[in-house]
Formats: sequence, structure tokens, C-alpha cells
Amino acid sequence: MTEFLQHLVNGVSLGTIYALIALGYTMVYGVLKLINFAHGDVYMVGAFMGYYLAGFWRLGGAASAGGGATPGSVVRAFLITAASMVVCGFLGYVIERFAYRPLRDRPRLTALITAIGVSFLLEFGFQLNFRGSNFPPGPTPRIFPTLFEGHDTGWLSALGVNLYTTDLLTLGVAILLMVLLQWIVYRTKFGTAMRAVSFDHQVAGLMGIPVNRIISWTFVLGSALAAAAGILFAVTRPRIDPLMGLMFGLKAFVAAVLGGIGSVPGAMVGGMVLGLSEEFVAGYLLSSYRDAIAFGILILVLVLRPSGLFGRTTVEKV
Amino acid sequence: MRFLRVVAAAALVLAIGCSKKESSEILIGHVASLTGSEATFGQSTDNGIKLAFEELNKAGGVKGKKLVLKTLDDQGKPEEAQVAATRLIVNDKVTLIIGEVASSRSLAMGPVAEKNKVPMISTASTNPKVTLDQQGNTLKYVFRVCFIDPFQGTVMAKFARENMKISKVAVLRDVGNAYSVGLADFFEDTFKKMGGEIVTDQSFKAGDQDFKAQLTKIRETNPEAIYVPAYYTDVGLISRQVRELGMKVPLMGGDGWDSEELYKISQGALNGSFFSNHYTTESPDERVKSFIEKYKAAYGSVPDALAALGYDAALVAADAMNRAKDLSGPAIADALAATKDFKAVTGNITLNEQHNAVKSAVVIAIDNNAGKYAATVSP
Amino acid sequence: MAFARGVLRSVLPFLVGIPLLLALQTFLDSQGIDYWTIILISIGINVILAVSLNVVNGFTGQFSLGHAGFMAVGGYTTAKVALAFANGAHGLTQQAAFGGALLCGMAAAALAGLVVGLPSLRLRGDYLAIVTLGFGMIIVSIVENVDALGKAIGLSGLPGLTNVTWTGVGAIATVVMARRLAVSTQGRALFAIREDEVAAEAMGVDTTGYKVRAFVISAAFAGLAGGLIVHLLQLATPRSFNFIRSFEVVVMVVLGGLGSITGSVLAAIILTVALEALREFQQYRMVVYALLLIALMLTRPQGLFGTRELWDLPLVRRLPWMRNRAAAGPAGAPPTEVRGETDSGGET
Repeated sequence: MTEFLQHLVNGVSLGTIYALIALGYTMVYGVLKLINFAHGDVYMVGAFMGYYLAGFWRLGGAASAGGGATPGSVVRAFLITAASMVVCGFLGYVIERFAYRPLRDRPRLTALITAIGVSFLLEFGFQLNFRGSNFPPGPTPRIFPTLFEGHDTGWLSALGVNLYTTDLLTLGVAILLMVLLQWIVYRTKFGTAMRAVSFDHQVAGLMGIPVNRIISWTFVLGSALAAAAGILFAVTRPRIDPLMGLMFGLKAFVAAVLGGIGSVPGAMVGGMVLGLSEEFVAGYLLSSYRDAIAFGILILVLVLRPSGLFGRTTVEKV
Repeated sequence: MRFLRVVAAAALVLAIGCSKKESSEILIGHVASLTGSEATFGQSTDNGIKLAFEELNKAGGVKGKKLVLKTLDDQGKPEEAQVAATRLIVNDKVTLIIGEVASSRSLAMGPVAEKNKVPMISTASTNPKVTLDQQGNTLKYVFRVCFIDPFQGTVMAKFARENMKISKVAVLRDVGNAYSVGLADFFEDTFKKMGGEIVTDQSFKAGDQDFKAQLTKIRETNPEAIYVPAYYTDVGLISRQVRELGMKVPLMGGDGWDSEELYKISQGALNGSFFSNHYTTESPDERVKSFIEKYKAAYGSVPDALAALGYDAALVAADAMNRAKDLSGPAIADALAATKDFKAVTGNITLNEQHNAVKSAVVIAIDNNAGKYAATVSP
Repeated sequence: MAFARGVLRSVLPFLVGIPLLLALQTFLDSQGIDYWTIILISIGINVILAVSLNVVNGFTGQFSLGHAGFMAVGGYTTAKVALAFANGAHGLTQQAAFGGALLCGMAAAALAGLVVGLPSLRLRGDYLAIVTLGFGMIIVSIVENVDALGKAIGLSGLPGLTNVTWTGVGAIATVVMARRLAVSTQGRALFAIREDEVAAEAMGVDTTGYKVRAFVISAAFAGLAGGLIVHLLQLATPRSFNFIRSFEVVVMVVLGGLGSITGSVLAAIILTVALEALREFQQYRMVVYALLLIALMLTRPQGLFGTRELWDLPLVRRLPWMRNRAAAGPAGAPPTEVRGETDSGGET
């Protein structure tokens, strides 16, 4: 029972991060039908932005005791996260403007290749290092500063399960962001426009919707979410390196597909399913086949439900 | 025709790349993963070699000639390592080739070195097969300056049984990494032979960020220690997650742990743990001290094991070239094979008949978030 | 008559190619320029990979990301067979054994293609992509865990039998296969599926059947490339078949132009040479490569040749010795439908 509960806690903690990144994939896919392969790397940049900003902040001499959940450190963590989200949002805008927009009317695979190009550029660009310079970080992993000291809540210690405040924080922030996103997509004018664009670019344009601006904002939003995910992840697992988004981004994409790509609740559920299934596979079956079985589950789900758990089945007409 | 221009530019770069070498210089090739998921190891090794070359050249070079290093990137891929090795040997006509860190890439380079009769010194490829051909005969031109897996796995198993006096160990290995798999296998063999018990054998893959599933499983088996033969890049994170799950047992590992970064990531989570290594930074030995100082001055960080091995590979190569009767491949290979008791940073290196470095290992205990010498284990 | 011509067109490239390749190899061996040999072999292997993936991604319009997995199946099978039969043998026997081993590898990869293709080809677009990617990862994962396949280190000590001739023959075979496929009924069906799957089905094309067949053919040639790679390296290791490898092949196909065989060939050559030329840049290499990729894609979004072949380009058509052909075939074929009649009409 202890083991099961612990796996459950671990799985949810992992699944939340998958879900946050998957949301970015799903939003971009929704409006553009494009797999933004650079998204995992935006997540990486988000974590690094947090790293640099935290370093800068400390140099700036803000009186912080460091660690501990003092009000000051919470504000600081919040500001760093917000700043990193802004920077990555801008990065997302730049990527869309220069790498994807010129190819919007081309076959989708074309934009996929520039996406891979942008992804390589970010990964290998961050792997460069110049002597005496702190940026780019180079390939050696960096240690993410403690924005928020995690400790065992002790709530489940009677059961022998460790539940960390950082896990709860991650979960809380993730849920908050998802609710916010759901509100934006379904309750605001921008969201309505976004859904219209995802339905049909041309018609949306004819209806007076500024298609380009909507798509740009979608990228900004998705990238900002990735940045938040990067920082939340780095708080609990404080090793960041330029390739951290490669495999993790891919898995998040799998989560998005699993949930039905293009669907916001689908991304959340997909992330959770992937996180939990990985956790339980590694815990109860064979950890050496962790990725294999996780992908096996994905294949099984897709074969049974070809458009994912929450995907709309589109009827093709001639 | 835009693409023709691209091709022409590429050809031009290729042509410039094939420049002639000066006769007053000895060109040494190095194949390393300067980019890709293992870039940090390749760059460390390259730094170590560069440092050694600077020193050697200051001291007058080899046979009155200056040593020149040419490093080519292989992105961490075996195919690329083979091409890079061929390019260095055939086009640049290097006298000797250093590399690679990973066994899979050294295995791809070995046949090239052998065919062209150019000696190759692997810095950190620990798989026994690297210096052997398919029949198990030693390759004449392939050498290494590191331990092989059977030795290092045995060291830690012995230490666990005899010094730590424990009998139940869990293993957590990196299933995609030959180094990790090799060490884990030999550790398990020896440990079981000595009457110990492996309670569970779990796997992860390098680059994973979350190990709690495997660690929760390990926690259920109540081991007295966990053997994690992996690189410091992963171990730091693993150690933190071990503590987050409330386990207080020590961790054990191999030379892949040796890096200052490990302590920075683990932040005390590894106190009470042990790992086997080539040398200890507290060594009173002048060579070790000066190496660490110079490395710090040049690169601003404490050298990891791979930098030390790169440095030693360069020193061993220079020593052999000095002793060789001329600078031809066979002569250097003979001199390399005769390397005996060479005083290097990572210990006194003797190359045995399988061209493996025979040197004693030290066990480092981690205390107060720093490594302390604990014991020496001789082969 | 048409049949005889077809056979001739399939065989002729080999009749011309094999002696040339043997001559080239003798020349390269006599000069001791291994470096160029290895570059040529790399190019050849990449041509095989790109052209074979083009059959699925370009001809059929399905998006597969599982090429590396099929390479692994082919590579390991070839390695196992070659270790058993070709290692002790010498001379021609050894070469024959190697040829047999390569065929075994192709067969195994084709079988894997069938196993993967049957369930997954009812999925479309990105769902198919992610499932094929998943299969590729599962295959590598299995390889890493099976003792008989050497786990993480793989199978070492393989005979180094891959040479310019074997690779060249493989590349010719792949190109001939793709070309013959493109002008056949089967190829027509594949193009129909690419243009509009529903319409194709309505016209009586057995879409699933054709898709699976295209997938199997493509997988078989990926297996051939895998077999050649492991015997070039003399090592079969899971690291050679990382999922990044699948991406690299997709990049070649798209860069060359989806559906264009000559485009794939040219893209494979350019990318292989470019990466090699950039090696001098050390850490900056991949950054330059990434920029090159983005720049190429932005300047030629349809790929180097679009869906057309080399000889359909206006520039080539204007060459004096091509005039005949251009005049004989109906010029100005519709952009997506330039294979088939246009060319075969011109070649008579």
C-alpha cells in the first residue's frame, strides 16, 4: 500500500509537468496543425532563464535569506517565473514569426523541418561555451538555485509516503495555469478567435479576425507555459542542461497525442496518464523497459482510439 | 543554383581542412563528443589533453618537436567517430590518435587505427572488448589509460563486503550506457560470489530526470546500500531523490562520479557514500597537485576524472613517442606496449599484454559534501 | 514488349553500375584514400535511407518516424547472420555470405515493417508519426535489454565487409525500386492515396493494402542500410539507431522534395557532405548546420526539387540533349503529377 501510494504521488508529480508542456504542443497544433518540435527546447530555455535571473537577482542584492518559504522568497520565485515566462513568450513569438510564418501555406512537413532546425539551434547553441562567459551555459549540467525550499509535508508520513511541498506547489500552479488557460480559450474574446482560427484560417480571416496576431499570441501563451513548466520542474529536480527538453519534450508531445492533440483537457489527462503509466511500469514491471512500455501503452490507446482519448474524430469529405 | 554554391562552399572548407603539417610539429588527433548528449565528457577530456600539450611544449616538446592537437567532433555517435578517426588518420596523417570516452565509439575507431597502423589511446573506454579483436587477441595499435570494468566492479564489491560489511545491495544502472552496464554486471558477479545478495536490479536511461519510480521500488527491498554506476550528471539528481524518499542508506559508484558538479547537485545528499576512483585530489603527490592547480587556472573548475584521463593519455603518448626509436606507428605502438610504471596523475600506469592500464584504485568517501580518501585497492 | 522494357530498365542500372563501382573501389583501394571511401559509403547509405523513406513519406504521404527502428532490426539481423556465416569464410564465399546476410536483414526489417504497419496504418498524420516513433523506441529498448544482442555495447567484432560496391549496389537497387514503383500501377495508387485518401478509396484503391506494402518495402531497404552500417562500423550498437537518426532521414526527404527521388538523392549527398565539411567548426558545427537547415527550408520550402525529378526542371529541360525528350513528352505536366506518362513517353 505504501509503495502504491508513493508511486501515485510520484506519478502525479511527473504527470503535471508533462501536462504543462503538452498544453503548449496542443495549443499550437490546434491553430496551426503543426508539431512545434522546438517546444521542448523552449521549456529548456525557460529553465535556464530562471537560472540566470535567479543569479542576477542575487547579484542585485535583494535581501533574501535564501531558501525557506519566507514571503520574500515566494515573491522572488514568482517574479523570476513571471519574467522567464515573458522572455520565453517573446522567444515563441520570434520563432513563429521567422521560422514558421513564411511557411504557413506550404505543406506541413516543411514547417516541421524548420521546427527541427530551430530545435537544433537552441540545443546546440546552448551547448556552446566561451571561456570566461556564463552564457551560453555549455554542455555541463547547471544546478538550479533553490527558489523554494522543499520539505516533507508529513501529511502522509503515517503511511510511509513522502509528499513534498514542492510537489504540491507544482500541482497547484499547474492546475491554476490550466484553469486559466481553459478560461482564456472558452471564456474570452481571444479564445473565441483562437478557436475560430483553428477551425478555418481563411474564413476566420474573412470574419475580421486578425489571424496572424492570434497565432502569434497562441505561440506566446504556449511558450510561456513551457517556461513555467521548466522552472517548476527545475525546482524539484534541480539539474538543468541544454538537452533536457529533447526526450522530455518528446514525451510531452506523446502525452498531447495520447490525450488527443488539439484538446486542452486531453493534454492534461494525457500528461497524467503518461506520468502514471511510466511510474507504475517502472515500479511494478521492468524499469529497463520503462520507455518501451510507456510507448506500448500509447500505441495500444491509439490503435483502439485513433484520435486519442479526447480527440475529435474528424470526418473527411471529398 | 543556390545548392551548387553550398556544395562549392562545403568543398572549399573541406579543402582548407586538409592543410599540410609542418615537419617541426607532431600532429596528434583527438576524437571527442564536443556536441550532443555527452558533450560535457568530450570537452573535459579535450581540456585535459590541451593542458598536457601546453606543458609538454613548454618543456621542449617531444624529440624536439612541438605537439599540435587537432580535435574533431563526433556528436557522440559511433558512425561519426569512425569517420572522424579516418579523417584524422588518412587526411591529416596524425602520428597518434587519442579517444574516445565511450566504449561504443572506441570500438568503432579501433579497426581504423589497426588497419592504418596508427596507435590509438582511449581515455575512458572501460569495456574489455575495446582492445581486443573478435578472436580475443589484443589489437596491436589500441591502448587505454583507464581501468576496465571487471577490475573496477570488483573493487567496489570487495569494498562493500570487506570494509562496509554489508550484504544486501540494490543496483540502479543506466541501461543505455555500456560503462554502467559493464560495471553493474561485474559488481553483481563479485558481490554474489563473496556471499552478498543483490536485492533488486533497476534501470534508467541517461537524461532521465525522474528516478523516483525505481527508487520507490528499491526502498521496498530495504537494501543496505545502492550501487549506482553512472555518470555524475545523473547521480547528483538520483542522490537527492533517494533522500527525498526518506532513504538513509549510502550510495556507491565508480569513477564516473568524479566531478565537482556532483557535490553541487547533490548538496549533501551523498554524505556517507563511496565511489571508486583513479586518484584522490588530496594526494600529496606533486603531479596531482600541480595538475589540479593548473587546470583550475586554465578552465576555472576542478578537473573531473575524464579531464585527468585525457591529461594522462597525452602524457603516456608523449612518453612513448620519446622512447620510440622513430615516430612511425609500429615504433610508437611498441613503445606504448612497453609502458611500465609511468607516473601519471591517475596512478602509476603499466600497460599489460591486453593494453589495459593496470593501476591501483582508490575508494573515495563522501563526507561533508566533499570527497575524502578512504582506501586503496590494488589489482 | 512493355514487360521486356521494364525488365531491361530494372537490370540495366546494375549492369552499368556494378563494373563502374568495382573499378571505383579498386581505384580507391589502390590509392589508400580510406577517407573518401568512408564518405562515399556514408553518402550511399544515406541515399538508401532517404529514398526508401520517400516511398512512405513522399509517395504515399504517410508520416513515418520509425526508420531508425527498422534499421536496427536489419542491422542486428545482418550482424547475427554474418557472425555465424561470413566471419570464418574468405573471398567470394564470404562476400556471398554477406550478401545473404544483407538479404536476411532486409527480410527481417520487412517483417518488422509488416508487424508495425498493420495496426498503425489505420492512423493518420501525426498519430501515425508518433506510433512509428514509439515502435522505433521499443525496438531499441528491446535491443538494449537482450543479452544475445550484447545489450548497451552491442555486437562487436563484425567483419568489415561493407565497401563501395555493396553500398553502391544497395543505393542503385533502392533508386531503381523507387523509380519502377513510381511508374507502376502500385505507384499510381500510392500517389492517389497521397493526394486524397478518401477519393482514392472511392475509386476502388485498397488504401490499407497499398499503404502496408509501401511501408514494408520502405522498411526492407532501411534494414539494408542498417546492415551496411553495422558492417562498416564492425559494431552493431543501439546508439546507431537512436530516434534522432529517423529525424535526420526525414530532414533529407523533405529537403529533397517529398516524392522526388533525385531530390532525396541530392539532399542525402548535400547533407552528408555539409556535415562533414562543417566538422572543422567543432562545437559550432551543429549550430551552423541548424542555421543551414532553416535557411534552406525558408528559401526552398517545396524542397530542392518539389515533387519533380531532376529532368523535369526547366533548366535541365533546356539542355540540348534533353530537348528531344522534352519535345516528345507532353510538356508542362500538372505539378503534382509529373512522373509516369510524361517520362516513360519521353524515353521511348
